[in-house]
Amino acid sequence: MKKEYLKLEKIEGPLIVLSGIVDAAYGEVINIKVGNEETRSGKIIKIEGDKVIAQVFEGTAGISTDNASVSFTGEPLSIPLSKEILGRTFNGVGQPIDGAYQVISKDRENINGRPINPVARRYPKNFIQTGFSSIDALMTLIRGQKLPIFSGNGMAHKELAAQLVKQAKIKGATADNFAVVFGAMGVRHDDADFFRRSFETAGVLDHVVMYINTADDPIIERISAPRCALTAAEYLAFKNNMHVVVVLTDMTSYAEALREISSAREEVPSRKGYPGYLYSDLSTIYERAGMLKSCEGSITLIPILTMPNDDITHPIPDLTGFITEGQVVLNRELNQKGVYPPIDILPSLSRLMKDGIGAEYTREDHADLQSQIYASYSKVQDIRSLAQIIGEDDLSDIDRLYLDFGRELEGKFIAQGKNENRSITETLDLGWHILSILPVTELDRMKSELIEKYYDYSRER
Amino acid sequence: MTNIQGIVSSINGPVVKGLNMGSFKVHEMVTVGKQKLIGEVVSIEGEIATVQVYEETEGLKAGEIIYSTGTPLSVTLGPGMIGNIFDGIQRPLEKIQDMSKDFIPEGIGLLSLDMEKAWDVTVTVNVGDKLNPGDVYATIQETHRILHKMLVPYNVKGTVKKAQPSGKYTLNDIIVVLEKDNTETVELTLCTKWPVRKPRPMKERLPIYRPLITGQRVIDSFYPIAKGGTIGLPGGFGTGKTVTQHQLAKWSDADIIVYIGCGERGNEMTDVLEEFPKLIDPRTNRPLMERTVLIANTSNMPVAAREASIYTGITMAEYYRDMGYDVAIMADSTSRWAEALREISGRLEEMPAEEGYPAYLPSRLAEFYERAGCVKTLNGQEASITIIGAVSPPGGDFSEPVTENTKRFVSGFLALDKKLAYARHYPAINYLTSYSGYVDMLADWYEQNVASDMLELRHKMIVLLQEDEKLNEIVQLVGEDVLPNDQALVLETARMIKKGFLQQNALHAEDSYVTLEKQYKMLKCIDNFYEEALKCVKMGIPISVIRKESVIQDIMKIKYDIPNDKLELLDDLNERIVKTFADLRLKYE
Repeated sequence: MKKEYLKLEKIEGPLIVLSGIVDAAYGEVINIKVGNEETRSGKIIKIEGDKVIAQVFEGTAGISTDNASVSFTGEPLSIPLSKEILGRTFNGVGQPIDGAYQVISKDRENINGRPINPVARRYPKNFIQTGFSSIDALMTLIRGQKLPIFSGNGMAHKELAAQLVKQAKIKGATADNFAVVFGAMGVRHDDADFFRRSFETAGVLDHVVMYINTADDPIIERISAPRCALTAAEYLAFKNNMHVVVVLTDMTSYAEALREISSAREEVPSRKGYPGYLYSDLSTIYERAGMLKSCEGSITLIPILTMPNDDITHPIPDLTGFITEGQVVLNRELNQKGVYPPIDILPSLSRLMKDGIGAEYTREDHADLQSQIYASYSKVQDIRSLAQIIGEDDLSDIDRLYLDFGRELEGKFIAQGKNENRSITETLDLGWHILSILPVTELDRMKSELIEKYYDYSRER
Repeated sequence: MTNIQGIVSSINGPVVKGLNMGSFKVHEMVTVGKQKLIGEVVSIEGEIATVQVYEETEGLKAGEIIYSTGTPLSVTLGPGMIGNIFDGIQRPLEKIQDMSKDFIPEGIGLLSLDMEKAWDVTVTVNVGDKLNPGDVYATIQETHRILHKMLVPYNVKGTVKKAQPSGKYTLNDIIVVLEKDNTETVELTLCTKWPVRKPRPMKERLPIYRPLITGQRVIDSFYPIAKGGTIGLPGGFGTGKTVTQHQLAKWSDADIIVYIGCGERGNEMTDVLEEFPKLIDPRTNRPLMERTVLIANTSNMPVAAREASIYTGITMAEYYRDMGYDVAIMADSTSRWAEALREISGRLEEMPAEEGYPAYLPSRLAEFYERAGCVKTLNGQEASITIIGAVSPPGGDFSEPVTENTKRFVSGFLALDKKLAYARHYPAINYLTSYSGYVDMLADWYEQNVASDMLELRHKMIVLLQEDEKLNEIVQLVGEDVLPNDQALVLETARMIKKGFLQQNALHAEDSYVTLEKQYKMLKCIDNFYEEALKCVKMGIPISVIRKESVIQDIMKIKYDIPNDKLELLDDLNERIVKTFADLRLKYE
């Protein structure tokens, strides 16, 4: 017989406290009947003797200490999964919000997952062509990588992410085994619609699963939304051998929700009020990306976060950068200049690219070209600050060539159209064309035979 | 005493409180609940004890039983550790994979070394031999290069009463029986247990005098690491901490490497696992995996086990040190370990100090780094443990508590710099703010084994780089062209040091590891260039003319063009440098 508890001891923010409970399990799901009609669910987050603290997914509005009855399910939060989830839309706790019925399946998975054994992982090696020159050449995305986009409010990260998903060419992926899992945490309705529309125009909507928690939905569901999304992704990738791209937006809202709950739990805060376990918590999301030796599928994770005040040292981008395998950083200045995508290449990085490029995957000159463009562009920055002081006219001839190189790199290489999909060969050739503004003697990162083969001697300098 | 039982009363993440636990001991290992989760008692107040649990506590209920094991959190030490990969509490990950496939579940119990495997044991004692603590009683060829020596425990002394003949034995077989003076007997097997939080004893500490050769130019030539030393390696994300740690693990001339992946990325450990078995040690021509122990507690694995992983690693290192080996530990990253301390401390509701870290952070860091050192082992051999701890300061800010406190307890500090990393100057070790407290201690060694003027040369180069830094401030305001020629030469030479010497390509076959001899000769070439060019400048030859000489490009490309085994080419280059500038001077006379 299922016991029901009729009296709540305390309600505070999203949390409720019950007392006199026996046999409650840490992390189990509870059902809360409010009044006669409504049922909400919650999760136990702390047990203290016979006292239980639970967070309520749909929020505590309308609950009083004596109008609710609570029953325990004995199970952790899990979602039913089958391939039928493709094309569907769910909320942050995995309930359908597209008007259709819940998926029926005997496969139910705990949304918290379990850590992948490092021994079972397969090291990601295959290059994904995104069609963006800056990303493909300089911070190559690898199948099974987690590569976040660090953006700021008002910058073009949505467009970038949507175009990336549309254009991504994954090795081994066909129309049948490719899926996109989209998790939205605390986003505006129009942002969620934007993604849906762009998946629709790309004709991939049948391959997309969405877990949407909008800005006005309960914050507790914001904590579970990315976990539902990744549980679905793990199911598709590791049980059905699919190549899955997961887009999570916006991780900043997620972390803020975590902070809100932490403060309601009266925990000791660390940097900027975020809980001390923010790093561990974020890692249980990001580390679910990857590949396994035991199957063909892959999870490539692209989380998007908005840096508060464009500050890359803020705890959220900072801790993210320590977990993810690189980052794509967007830049306000480039964005204002109208450069799309406004990718700031110097702080951007892909840690896995070293093993996924070169003759075997892209082209022999890729690594050297990447290193040379970085070194030269970093010099452009120094010369620009010098030019601001002494004026462009007083610069040496070489320095002026560097400025030309910088302008062209931003204007023609980084910038591209919203429907422009460049192949890796086009991208690398373009890179050489622009690099050839500089005289050969400046190319100190390049092997001589590559210069012989690719340098554009016909360019005017 | 496994019959004492506590009762779970409260659960908060990895922190569990139990009633009826007054007779448990602090730091005792316990198993919690029906799933037998592994935990450790961290504090006791009256009948209530606080336990940190090394596995996921989801599903645990109040009222479940906490069982005592009677022993503190320990590791099993014996053959089979090298080439293996463990989690933070020494459970072999490969075995876990056999049991549960791709993911790590909770409740798999306490595993450690393979107890079934039979090893070829050579018993080195005979009946009647008198043995002292630390004496060898048997040896096992653990890998091609590591001879595993079984040592008499530190508190045992006696006469051999029984000794098995050499042959195949498993870890729990009794090899030798010792009779102590009080006629008590002690059975010695092929493994021993040791509590991780307790340093293993040694005879005495020895002064540091040998360098740990890493093949990395900025380290060996500029900021050397000593065998038995402690090094902090801080850097924000993207500055190449992990690549640097991997390079050190690959090329250091230690006998054994213990690599602790503490709260870092899963794929990085996979990378090590895939790459190291393929890499060949330049000194022994054997795979690097034959000297490496890996501990992987990635960021998403339970946080309490991350806290333990550092201790597990250092205890294993001490065990091999006691056999007389030079061991180097790479801990990547100690910040994640400190964060684990903070997280658990928060759940214990302790009073936080700086940035939420517990007040005992500095003492814990000190305890860890003090387990390094050059020592005389119980059996009188010289051995060492070197600790290289990566630090991940939030936002790259070196004034945060973990970096600050680490600085207090390490003697070497290799600061990774974001600006260098952005310019893809790798390794991005800042050549001005880094320091090594070992230069003086190693001076004799360098003089005898490299060259008498090596340290002098080093000093000269650092001074040039400092001057370059100052000049660059001026250049940023007025441009390079207005500098007088001698100062422009400093810039040119510094550029040469930075690009031709300090930058080192970890992915380049020839450049990844460079012998000290080549490092010295490279510096010599740069110095030669500077002195010769300076003579020209003093004669009034403009720097623009000097810059046109092709030897400059040759010096810059030494690292790629001249292999480690063809150093005579460098002597030719030196002659060419002298000749080039002598010819130049002739032209202007």
